[in-house]
Amino acid sequence: MHNRGRHALMLLILGGVFAFLYIPISVLVALSFNAGGMPTAWTGFSVQWYGALFANADILAAAWNTLKVALISTLLATLLGTALAIGVEMRRRKGRAIEALIFAPMIIPDIVLAIALLSFFSLLKFPMGLHTVIMAHVVFNLAFVCAVVRARLKSFDWSLVEASADLGAAAHVTYRRVVLPVLAPAIIAGALLAFTLSVDEFIIAFFTSGAGRASITLPMQIFAMIRFGVTPEINALATLVLGVSVTALALAQRLNREMPGQ
Amino acid sequence: MTLLQIRDVTKRFGTVTAVDGVSLDIAENEFFALLGASGSGKTTLLRMLAGFEDLSGGQILLDGQDVSRVPPNKRPVNLMFQSYALFPHMTVRGNIAYGLEMERLPRAQIDARVDEILAVIQLTEFAARKPDQLSGGQKQRVALARALVKRPRVLLLDEPLGALDKKLRGAMQLELKRLQHEVGITFVVVTHDQEEALVMADRIAILKDGRLLQCGTPRDVYERPVDRFAADFIGVMNFFPGAAVAGGLHLPDGGMIAVAGDLRGPAVAAVRPERIRLGLGENSVTGTVLALAYHGLDLQLHVQVAQAPRPVMVRLTADLAEAQALSQGDSVTLGWAARDTRIFTA
Repeated sequence: MHNRGRHALMLLILGGVFAFLYIPISVLVALSFNAGGMPTAWTGFSVQWYGALFANADILAAAWNTLKVALISTLLATLLGTALAIGVEMRRRKGRAIEALIFAPMIIPDIVLAIALLSFFSLLKFPMGLHTVIMAHVVFNLAFVCAVVRARLKSFDWSLVEASADLGAAAHVTYRRVVLPVLAPAIIAGALLAFTLSVDEFIIAFFTSGAGRASITLPMQIFAMIRFGVTPEINALATLVLGVSVTALALAQRLNREMPGQ
Repeated sequence: MTLLQIRDVTKRFGTVTAVDGVSLDIAENEFFALLGASGSGKTTLLRMLAGFEDLSGGQILLDGQDVSRVPPNKRPVNLMFQSYALFPHMTVRGNIAYGLEMERLPRAQIDARVDEILAVIQLTEFAARKPDQLSGGQKQRVALARALVKRPRVLLLDEPLGALDKKLRGAMQLELKRLQHEVGITFVVVTHDQEEALVMADRIAILKDGRLLQCGTPRDVYERPVDRFAADFIGVMNFFPGAAVAGGLHLPDGGMIAVAGDLRGPAVAAVRPERIRLGLGENSVTGTVLALAYHGLDLQLHVQVAQAPRPVMVRLTADLAEAQALSQGDSVTLGWAARDTRIFTA
């Protein structure tokens, strides 16, 4: 009896936590489909705000910028992060550790990283724009890709590399045909994670994008719009961003779970 | 004809000498076993033959050519890994074809050779499976096929049966030997299992602390071990400590064990369990039966004897044991011939 009571109480707490987490998000998604556009009353289902969104040139330009930043920084971070993970793991097996340095960008607060990058670019008198946002995003994305790939490398059977060499493969062939395919699920998962982080990253982009409208990203655009109050268009936009992020994360998790081997 | 010459090969890791001046000649078509406990240097030696470790000293010659500095991917030598190291993202066929693709053979030829070896290892219908859909024994055969399909001059096998259960291991020992005959390739196998080495190998090299202790046929190393360690390591051996004198070994209790040899000083006399009979012999001791272990074919007796520090092991054939109707606590006399006795420095 006592046990059942406790079980019920725990379920209640769990339900409360989930409600706290997901009710606001649900409200946001619901309001984006509200015909009247007012958060006070439901006046029927409509997709008009999505239509309005796609008619807004500022939003489209910002979305296009975000896509460019996310794609390019993900690509670069994936290449560098994977190479870094493999390099560090091989070194570590020979007995060295520089792990803390690599993961610093994950731990350092975004605001600190943002100010540091801004100071750095200013010091170099480096002209800022979308390209500096991309570079800044590579910095933190690299750490995340590296972390995901390294987790997989911990269980990587290095005798596969020796087996490949033993069967006559040169080092670059071993990478292409054995190492990369075995790591592929982790690399793709890392890339999807990086993409998601980049899409909704605000602080670092805000600090490193320089002046002018040309390099405004989607989160910055939303921030600008929200200063005049939450409009139904913003609800629609946030719902779309949520959709992209959730899809990418779900894919990443699935790939991580379906890894071959151990 | 000598195929592989290992000349004074040494490997040091920092201050540790893993392999210490080992020299061995391995003949064409030989099934050769490197036998030793863990840390004896057998695996390091094998990895040097494969090309994964460079030599600190000495030379490895293959067909008379020095291959010591040839990288693994250029050596006509293949290694079957203890963990099998099958590529998890490739099918059985893909795994086996990999080495031939590296040789840039025409596709038709690759397919023909893969089909051929799949038939030999009887896994033709498993060709499209991935390694994680195979049993341990099947993985082992795929690993073997992947190395064999390259038709190497020498096939190296690192504890090839280590991951299999006991029953399967027995069957695979004979299977490996049959396969070696069939393909006519020199096999060098590393094992810590002396029984496995005795069953499979044409010749055995016993390694201890990085040094070569003894090299010979299974019969040689079993019947004529070079020292006390080798005698104890291969099979089961009963030891009787004492002092070597003319004509035999003087036991501390005043008795004698007759054995030929010119050894003098502290020594041990040794005899194999299967050479001991019940009743008086040229050499005899008496003791009490501690335990009986029935093995089907034979009966093993553990006999507590005053002259030996460990219980004396005796193997009696089943029919003989039945006639005796022994039980625990019985007093028995054990006897054996002088020519079946060995003597070693203590």
